[in-house]
Amino acid sequence: MEMQVMNAPSKQDLEVSHVPAETVGNIFTDHPRMTARNVNVYYGDKQAIDNVTLDIAEKQVIAFIGPSGCGKSTFLRCLNRMNDTIDICRIEGEIALDGYNIYAPDVDVVPLRARVGMVFQKPNPFPKSIYDNVAYGPRIHGLASSRDELDDIVESSLERAGLWAEVRDRLQQPGTGLSGGQQQRLCIARAIAVSPEVILMDEPCSALDPIATARIEELIDELSSQFTIVIVTHSMQQAARVSQRTAYFHLGKLVEVGNTEQVFTNPEHEMTQNYITGRFG
Amino acid sequence: MSDTGKQMMSPAMAAERVAAGLAARRGREKRFRIYGRIAIGIALAFLVTLFVSIFSKGIPGFFQHYVTIEVALDRAKLDPAGDLSVQSLYDGDARGVIRTALYEAAGASGRSGRKAAGKIISQGAEQRLRNAILDDPSILGTTRAMTFAVDDDVDSFLRGFIKRETPEKDRRINDKMIGYIDVLNDKGLISFRFSDYLVFGSASRNAEMAGIYGALVGSILTLAVCLVLSFPLGVATAVYLEEFAPKNRVTEIIEININNLAAVPSVVFGILGLAVFIGTFGMPRSIPLIGGVVLALMTLPTIIISSRAAIRAVPPSIRDAALGVGASRMQTMLHHVVPLAMPGMLTGTIIGMAQALGETAPLLMIGMVAFIVDVPGSVTDPGTVLPVQIFMWADFAERMFILKTSAAIMVLLAFLILMNAAAIVIRKKLERRW
Repeated sequence: MEMQVMNAPSKQDLEVSHVPAETVGNIFTDHPRMTARNVNVYYGDKQAIDNVTLDIAEKQVIAFIGPSGCGKSTFLRCLNRMNDTIDICRIEGEIALDGYNIYAPDVDVVPLRARVGMVFQKPNPFPKSIYDNVAYGPRIHGLASSRDELDDIVESSLERAGLWAEVRDRLQQPGTGLSGGQQQRLCIARAIAVSPEVILMDEPCSALDPIATARIEELIDELSSQFTIVIVTHSMQQAARVSQRTAYFHLGKLVEVGNTEQVFTNPEHEMTQNYITGRFG
Repeated sequence: MSDTGKQMMSPAMAAERVAAGLAARRGREKRFRIYGRIAIGIALAFLVTLFVSIFSKGIPGFFQHYVTIEVALDRAKLDPAGDLSVQSLYDGDARGVIRTALYEAAGASGRSGRKAAGKIISQGAEQRLRNAILDDPSILGTTRAMTFAVDDDVDSFLRGFIKRETPEKDRRINDKMIGYIDVLNDKGLISFRFSDYLVFGSASRNAEMAGIYGALVGSILTLAVCLVLSFPLGVATAVYLEEFAPKNRVTEIIEININNLAAVPSVVFGILGLAVFIGTFGMPRSIPLIGGVVLALMTLPTIIISSRAAIRAVPPSIRDAALGVGASRMQTMLHHVVPLAMPGMLTGTIIGMAQALGETAPLLMIGMVAFIVDVPGSVTDPGTVLPVQIFMWADFAERMFILKTSAAIMVLLAFLILMNAAAIVIRKKLERRW
C-alpha cells in the first residue's frame, strides 16, 4: 500500500526546513503509516516533547527507548490522542495517520482509536469474562453482525495473541483471573480484535516475568507481519530483539533514530552511545 | 565514593544509639496503644449505656396489659340495622355491650362502681369489637371471650408505676378501680402480652392505643420519594462533574457549593421546603411527597460526594483500557466506570437514606408534626414519620408514652441497622476485584 502524506509538506521541503537540528539518523521512511511533524507537547508550562519529527513505517516494529521521563510514553500516547484525557496537556505540530492529521479539528477520536490500538504498561483487562474482554471493541464498533461472527473474531484474536489454546475452555471466566502474562496477551487480543492498523505498546512487559516477557516478544514479532507496532521499552535488549527501528529520546527531544542494529552497534550521537552502553539512564 | 572527608559513624556506634532510643520508642508506642484502647472503651461504654437505657424502657414498651372478658354479642344491640354495615355497627351500642361484660366480670354495681369499672378498659375496645364483627360476622349472637387493652393508667398501676400506698387523691385511679382491678386480676383475666396496638396502631392521644404503624408507612413513603429523586439525580450529577464537566470557575463554584450544602443544618432545608413547595407552589402540608423532596435535597450532597469518590476510586487503567479500544467517553462511563463505582454509590445512597430516615427538623417545618390518625395511603395523604412520632410522644407525660417512645426508638434503630447492613451486603456482593 503506497501512502501519500497529504496534509504534510513534501519530504523535500521537510528535510530543508523542519528537521530538528538535534535528531541524527534517518527520521523518514519509504512507507510511513504515521508521520509526526514538529510535535511539541506541554503539560501546563512544562514542555514534555520538544520538536519531534518522525516517520513510523508500515508493518514494522519501532522501539522508543530513553531514560525515565524522557517523553517517550508521552509521545506514544499522542499517536492515538490518549493525552486528550489530560486537561493540562497541549499539543502543537502535526501527527498524521495515512496522511490525515489526527489532530485536525473535525477528527473523532473514537474511529482513530479503533485504528490505532493500545496496550498498556500494566495489564488492564476489564473485570469481565475473557470473552467479553475481547468482544468489547467489536461490539461497540459494531464489527460483528451476528453472534457467530463475534465468536469468530474473539477466537481469531485470541488465536493471534497466542492465548486461545490456554483459555478456550474458560472463556466465560473473569479475565482478571489469568496470570499477568496471560492478562497482557488478553489485552493484546482485545486491541487486535478491532483490526487496528497500528498498535501502540507502552512498556508492555515491565510488569511481567522473563518467561511471559519472552512470550510477548515472540508475539510482537508475529504481529509485525500484519500490524505497525510502536513499542516503548526500558529494556534495551528488548528493543534490540523485537524492533527494526529504534528511536532514542532524551529530555523530550528525539536524539537519534535509525535501524535498530545500527543504533545499537554504531550509534551516531554521543548521548545514544552513552545510554546504550549504560553510562547513564 | 564519599569525598567530603567526614568520617562515617561506625556500625557499632550506630547500633548503640539505636538501642538507646529503643526503650523510649517502645514506650511511646505502648502509650499510644493504651490511649486508643481507652478511647474505644469510652465509646463502647457510652454505646452500652445508650442501648441499656433504650432497651430497658423499650422492651417493656412492646408489651401492655390486656383484660379478657366474656362478651355477650347481642345482635340487636350491636347491629341495629341488621345489615352489618359500618354505619350500623357505629350506631350500635358496642360500648354498652363491653361495659356490661366488664361489670359482670369485675362485680361492679352501683353508679359510682360502674363509672370506676368503665374506666378500666381502653376507649379503643369498641373499635376492636366492631372490627372483630366485621372480620367474622358469625360471632354475632354468641358469647365470646374477648381481649381488650386496659386504660394506660390501669396499665401503669399494674406495672407498679402508680402505687397503692399513694393517697387516693394523688393518683389517677381511685380505690374503687383498684378494687375491681384486683378482682379481675384474681380471676386471672388480666394478661401482659405483646402490644398489637404499638405495631398496628396509629397516632392516638390514648397511650394504650398509640402505635407506630402510620408513622412507619409515612416514613417508607417519604423515603421512597427521597430515593427516587436523589439517587438518579445524585449519580448523574456525580458522573457529569467527574467525567464530563470542564474544569473551570463555574464547575469549581458548583463543587464548593455542593460540599457546603452537605454541612447545611437540615432545618434550613425544611424552611426551604416550607417556603418553596408549600408557600410558592401551594402544596398541602404534612404530605410525604414534600417530606421526600425536602429530604432528597438534604441527601443529594451526600450522594453526590460519595458517588464522586466512588468514581474517582475506579482505577484509571480501566478508563485507559476502554478509551484505548475506541470507546467514547460515554461508553467508557456507562460500560465500565459506573458499574465499578456502583457499590460505592449505593453505599453512599443507603447511608444518605439512613440519615433521611432519622431526620426530624426539616419535617417539622413542613408540618409533618400534625396529629394524624389515618395511615397515609399515598404520598399525597397527610402523614407523619417515625422520628417525628417519637418526638411527639416524647412530649406526652403519660408513663406509657415514655415506654412506647423507647419502643419506637428501638424500631427506628432496627431499621437504621437494617439499612446499614444492607449497604454492607450490597457492597460485598457487587464489589469486584480488578
